[in-house]
Amino acid sequence: MRHGNILTSKQLSREDIETVLDRASELDGDGSALAGEYSDTLLGLLFFEPSTRTKMSFETAMKRLGGDVVDMGAVDSSSITKGESLADTVRVIEGYTDAIVLRHPRQGAAKLASEYVDVPVINAGDGAGHHPTQTLLDLYTIRETAGLDDLTIGIMGDLKYGRTVHSLAYALSNFGTRQHFISPESLQLPREVVFDLHQEGASLKEHESLDPVLAELDVLYVTRIQRERFPDENEYQKVAGEYCITAETLDAASDDLTVMHPLPRVDEIAPDVDATEHATYFEQAHNGVPVRMALLDLLLGEDDE
Amino acid sequence: MSENHKLRVSKIRNGTVIDHVHAGQALNVLAILGIDGSDGEEVSVGMNVPSDRLATKDIVKVEGRELSQDEVDVLSLIAPEATINIVREYDVVEKHRVERPDTVEGILSCPNAGCITAADEPVTSRFDVLADGVRCVYCERIVRDEIASLIEP
Repeated sequence: MRHGNILTSKQLSREDIETVLDRASELDGDGSALAGEYSDTLLGLLFFEPSTRTKMSFETAMKRLGGDVVDMGAVDSSSITKGESLADTVRVIEGYTDAIVLRHPRQGAAKLASEYVDVPVINAGDGAGHHPTQTLLDLYTIRETAGLDDLTIGIMGDLKYGRTVHSLAYALSNFGTRQHFISPESLQLPREVVFDLHQEGASLKEHESLDPVLAELDVLYVTRIQRERFPDENEYQKVAGEYCITAETLDAASDDLTVMHPLPRVDEIAPDVDATEHATYFEQAHNGVPVRMALLDLLLGEDDE
Repeated sequence: MSENHKLRVSKIRNGTVIDHVHAGQALNVLAILGIDGSDGEEVSVGMNVPSDRLATKDIVKVEGRELSQDEVDVLSLIAPEATINIVREYDVVEKHRVERPDTVEGILSCPNAGCITAADEPVTSRFDVLADGVRCVYCERIVRDEIASLIEP
């Protein structure tokens, strides 16, 4: 993994994932042990789409490791508005920084960027494609709560465009997880992802309703259904309403059910769920820092030998 | 059969004969090879010619040009049954079937409007070749039908 790129979760073996999660456990709460090693390290943040958690947690992680970040800022204040290509932009930023964190609205953007630069490229979301670092923090959260062995997960919401969903599903195929995908028919997993999951021998079932599977789930991973995916407001309201959970919904669930969400949420998890033992999404968001510290350490650190 | 060929498409002296192309694909074969006649090549095309093996087939003869292995491999995407005959002084000196390559570069364009290759980037398209289609290595979109429609202009 050292000095490599993190483009998709498909590239990560179970061993790679466990290495990151183990390192994250070590650094969780005690990142200052490394301060000094990274005092000359600069991380470039290139976010072509809005981000709160991902960007801030990368920034926090790098600073907690003792390094610093340089941020391209909003697209409308950069050369992108002058028509500069991504290939040119990353070649320029490569000269300033030791690694590049890239979020971009187009699928394959991080892969393209990685072909033009020698520094590590970390994909922080490429359109409807992948979001591997979100997956690592999701897996860390699952390992801390339900555990990754003998796991049954339900993944619900916008499975078609949800990059966090695609990345998580790929990664879980390393762990023999039983995966239930719950969505309206129009937002089912892309056939490409289903094809890949079958190739990996993943155990997956698709449903249009949560009810038949809720009771057997260890983890329920909820994602936001975006208004702009629907041609009209009525259709959106109808569908979105069916894929919301409340504290009452969870009466039928196991007491140990872990409810996760990559955030931001809108209406899909009612506020009354926050007070239940199931709610894990804020802890999940906090885990972004130790997991990204671990990833940066493994990518950018000196060899131990 | 051979009488039919002679009637429709004359023999070439030096060049390549692409035979057993699926009926209707001859123009796509030429498109993949980048042959549009503007370079002065002598090209003969037979369409919907009776065939023992394919019922009807297309056939393409290009005078003065021997196809490279790369070009032949790409043809496999739209003409998997094709046979390639290299002709020198009116004799067939090499005859082989097309084989599917592992990847094709710069030939097809990705149909996914959200793919980074659809933006204004200096990137050469690249597709992995699957058993029954092609897959963009950037956005991972799989295309199984109408591959010929992806041929870059």
